[in-house]
Amino acid sequence: MMPFDFIRPANAAEAVAAHGAEGEPRYLAGGQSLLGALKLRLAQPSLLIDVARLPELRAVRRQGDAVVVGASVTHAEMAVLTDIPALAELAGSIGDLQVRNMGTLGGSLANNDPAGDPAAAVLGLGATIRTDRREIAADDFFLGMFETALEPGELIVEVSYPLPSRAGYAKLRNPASGYPVVGVFVAETASGVRVAVTGAGACVFRLPDFERALGREFSGKALAGLSVPSDDLNRDLHATAEYRAHLIGVMAARAVERCG
Amino acid sequence: MHLSLTINGKPVEAEVEPRTLLVTLLRDHLGLTGSHVGCDTGQCGACTVHLDGRAVKSCLILAVQAEGRQVLTIEGVASGETLHPVQEAFRDRHALQCGFCTPGMVMTALDLVEHLDRPDEEAIRQGLAGNLCRCTGYRPIVEAVGDGIRARTGAAS
Repeated sequence: MMPFDFIRPANAAEAVAAHGAEGEPRYLAGGQSLLGALKLRLAQPSLLIDVARLPELRAVRRQGDAVVVGASVTHAEMAVLTDIPALAELAGSIGDLQVRNMGTLGGSLANNDPAGDPAAAVLGLGATIRTDRREIAADDFFLGMFETALEPGELIVEVSYPLPSRAGYAKLRNPASGYPVVGVFVAETASGVRVAVTGAGACVFRLPDFERALGREFSGKALAGLSVPSDDLNRDLHATAEYRAHLIGVMAARAVERCG
Repeated sequence: MHLSLTINGKPVEAEVEPRTLLVTLLRDHLGLTGSHVGCDTGQCGACTVHLDGRAVKSCLILAVQAEGRQVLTIEGVASGETLHPVQEAFRDRHALQCGFCTPGMVMTALDLVEHLDRPDEEAIRQGLAGNLCRCTGYRPIVEAVGDGIRARTGAAS
């Protein structure tokens, strides 16, 4: 790791102000992805701003028909929230125990790893991401590989998940890394059925054909015959693009079965 | 930077660079060499310690992230010469071969024993997913964690 400065601001406003510093400042939440990037010198920030304990980012509350989760809530803490069982189950399936105890919701979303689990629930439920300066719909947030709509210095404060009538998540987990080779989140929400896929492309994406089919008939059978073109899917030593395309159909059907 | 935290129940003051890993503070600055560095990439779990009561990988945390917090390492688990029941379970079950992964395994096991309601093998195996044993002696480790859960909950074996 290259040397850097470190501060722990008292509130979100101070954190954002600190990010205006010269050089290359960067927020640090749980650090479960960032520490690895620092060691490899893929990231060489001049300043780390610790946002893990900011009170505004640590709260969980019910607000109308939504559950609002602070950005610095850990995956382990999300795994015991009861408002949306599929969301808790997803959080409890991330990485391993130690990673879940440190890693945070906001850190995962801001990093936007192509195989991040939390992004699937955010897009699948049509959640809203609130930052220090605006609200961003999930459909507008995830732009590409490790790329989001966040501006320089913009800090995720919390995520508002609308309560679905039913939702489910299924993934094929890479046994070594724990990341999903393909993960599919299916939800029936007030705005219709949503299907979000992680692990398969540059970042999480929706499947309009699958959504329409499930909107007509909410069952795994309704997906029979549907396929996903493999052209733009990831291919690596773990899986070919064709295999990932196949897995999307399998995981989508399993996610539907798991919908409570 | 100046750092104040509690390690194994004792207040500790230290001067560290911000880039110092928690495991480096423990091993190199404080001589607590029970937490092992197996991979330094967050894969193996041999460096697992508790931060405010939850298992974390001390090679994936900066020492400054532990400012003001409670750290428990393997050195703080036994009471003098008396082993913790989970350590006893590891001994009873022969849940170690070369022993390199054992400190991390015990620290993860303590988290699981505290937070799992029953000794379900699948849940224990998933809970241990972040700890690698290169001797591959997982079965007795899983059994030892199950013993620990049964001892805490009073469940029949």
